Amino acid sequence: MTELLGIPPQVLFGQVLLGLINGAFYAVLSLGLAVIFGLLNIINFAHGALYMTGAFVAWFLLSYLGLGYWWALLLSPVIVGALGMVLERTLLKRIANLDHLYGLLLTFGLALIIQGLFRNYFGSSGQPYQIPPLLAGGHNLGFMFLPNYRAWVVAASLVVCLGTWFVIERTKLGSYLRAATENPVMVQAFGIDVPRMVTLTYGFGVALAAFAGVLAAPIYQVSPQMGADLIIVVFAVVVIGGMGSILGSIVTGFGLGIVEGLTKVFYPEASSTVIFIVMAIVLLIKPAGLFGRAA
Amino acid sequence: MMKKRLLGTTAALLAGLAAGSAHAAFSDGKIKIGVLNDQSSLYADLSGQGSVLAARMAVEDFGGSVNGTPVEIIFADHQNKADIGSNIARQWYDVEQVDAIADVPNSAVALAVSQITRDKNKVHLNSGAGTSSLTGDKCSPNTVHWTYDTWALANGTGSAVVENGGDSWFFLTADYAFGHALEGDTAAVVKEKGGQVLGEVRHPLNTADFSSFLLQAQGSGAKVIGLANAGSDTTNAIKQASEFGIVQAGQTLAGLLVFITDVHGLGLQTAQGLTLTEAFYWDLNDETRAWSKRFAEQNGGKQPTMVQAGVYGAVLHYLKALAETGDDSDGVKVVEQMKAMPTEDPLFGKGEVRVDGRTTHPMYLLQVKTPEESKGPWDYYNVVSTIPADQAFRPLDKGGCELVK
Repeated sequence: MTELLGIPPQVLFGQVLLGLINGAFYAVLSLGLAVIFGLLNIINFAHGALYMTGAFVAWFLLSYLGLGYWWALLLSPVIVGALGMVLERTLLKRIANLDHLYGLLLTFGLALIIQGLFRNYFGSSGQPYQIPPLLAGGHNLGFMFLPNYRAWVVAASLVVCLGTWFVIERTKLGSYLRAATENPVMVQAFGIDVPRMVTLTYGFGVALAAFAGVLAAPIYQVSPQMGADLIIVVFAVVVIGGMGSILGSIVTGFGLGIVEGLTKVFYPEASSTVIFIVMAIVLLIKPAGLFGRAA
Repeated sequence: MMKKRLLGTTAALLAGLAAGSAHAAFSDGKIKIGVLNDQSSLYADLSGQGSVLAARMAVEDFGGSVNGTPVEIIFADHQNKADIGSNIARQWYDVEQVDAIADVPNSAVALAVSQITRDKNKVHLNSGAGTSSLTGDKCSPNTVHWTYDTWALANGTGSAVVENGGDSWFFLTADYAFGHALEGDTAAVVKEKGGQVLGEVRHPLNTADFSSFLLQAQGSGAKVIGLANAGSDTTNAIKQASEFGIVQAGQTLAGLLVFITDVHGLGLQTAQGLTLTEAFYWDLNDETRAWSKRFAEQNGGKQPTMVQAGVYGAVLHYLKALAETGDDSDGVKVVEQMKAMPTEDPLFGKGEVRVDGRTTHPMYLLQVKTPEESKGPWDYYNVVSTIPADQAFRPLDKGGCELVK
């Protein structure tokens, strides 16, 4: 059997597929960040904590109300999105006109508080969350065993990502949003309630994080630090894709998932750093990111 | 007026000095033990505040003071970073007059703290770290390693699995001091028992997704996948192995270091059947049950891990030794006293601190119960066998410790 890059092609296919699955999480999370940054100019460091909150809400719904995975997939983004809107109205709004740095510090502080609260009440070793029965099991693809749940993760993420891209780039509502970031005063003069739109957009970005959290709950331990581990990588994805670029964050999310997946085969020790190496190279060659427009 | 106050202060000072010299040479009139561990990340549940509570319980059970000198417990978070842990250790020893540092999970931090403790001639009571180097090639006259080490885990779980037919292994190893030591020690046991090691993959600490590594392990065709990692790395790997049908396809998982908090986090549905080795389980006998009940009441209902139990045992034995020496200024002397006295406490039973700093006590080979077998929360293990104290740890002459002559 021929070998590709020193390993059998079947193994390579398997790893590319796994990379895509991880990339799906990066894509949904970085999409939320890109929406928030692109339209609100807030560097949302609380994104990881809100992703974790999304996973925990799924666990609450199951443990205390007996509501399963599918309800969680619907309710958790709504609940966490509403929480995000409260945060936006009460805190972020006050610093909207200040330098980016203030938003970054505020959201980073929020992230630490949220994580601390969860760790205090639920400990650090995490809570169990089972795969929904409908998606349990898997298929043998010949080159690897693909759990049904992972296939679902990729499909659901793709639909959500493309749907978001379509709404923002191709609909009237999206055009209002984009216009409001360019010139909020002018848009307001046309009779559009810009502050409400900003709040709803932040809520939507946060809901995306919660959605990713629910998707992640059956795969990873639902633990307070699950977001903190991921958020730095996701920020690197956003930087590589170009801050605020919707399409850029989706494409780089999936792409970097594959890069990381392959690193896990060829040089596993570097798998947690490879994304940052890519980031450094991209910033050297194209400081605005792969899909970003130079300011 | 002024003069009177000065006189009063001087008198008080003198009285203080006299009182200080009255009960021997405990420096600064206080015995201070610092619990240094992970308070905020992946090892916070298995050590964290629970270890601080265990240390306080040891002080309480000893009577709160040694020969009339009060004992104080403080704590800090080393964030699993050797540089942060080293800075805290230096600060504690140099400025805050800490006499001993307890717990210190994370082998990288533990090795750093062990060296600093030796330089400052204080005492390092390790419970949380795994690396067998602490009592091997990097042993120190100032360090006591209480609870477990990678050799003991490898010897317990590794031997049991090989004897049950698991004679070819593939390792998923956390890429730092502890993981390497655990993999090395287990590989040695596997080979000694006639098994073979087909390969290994080293993953970064705190990895979320193990699917890629699990697939590589599956591809190796090994009968056993050895998890040479800890905390959330182990639980994520076990959870995802079940997702990818690794166990159903005929491979066995061997969790080389699994704590009861990990089993609690995984749930019995996922963890059932797992074989593991621990130094302590709350439900061993009446004494462990009584102590653990007291502990859980103050720990939000959570039962102690072996690491937390070990902090209790080590601190208690340290205080007993201090009562004998009456002096906390010379760390080597205190540790020598700890080695001279046999150990005995309700959690670990009888044993000794060996010349290389290793505490010996029985280890337990355990199997996680099925959800049907378990009678309630924290009823998680069946004791498969007890490894006696004299066989549970690496023989003295095999560690390469310079203190062994």
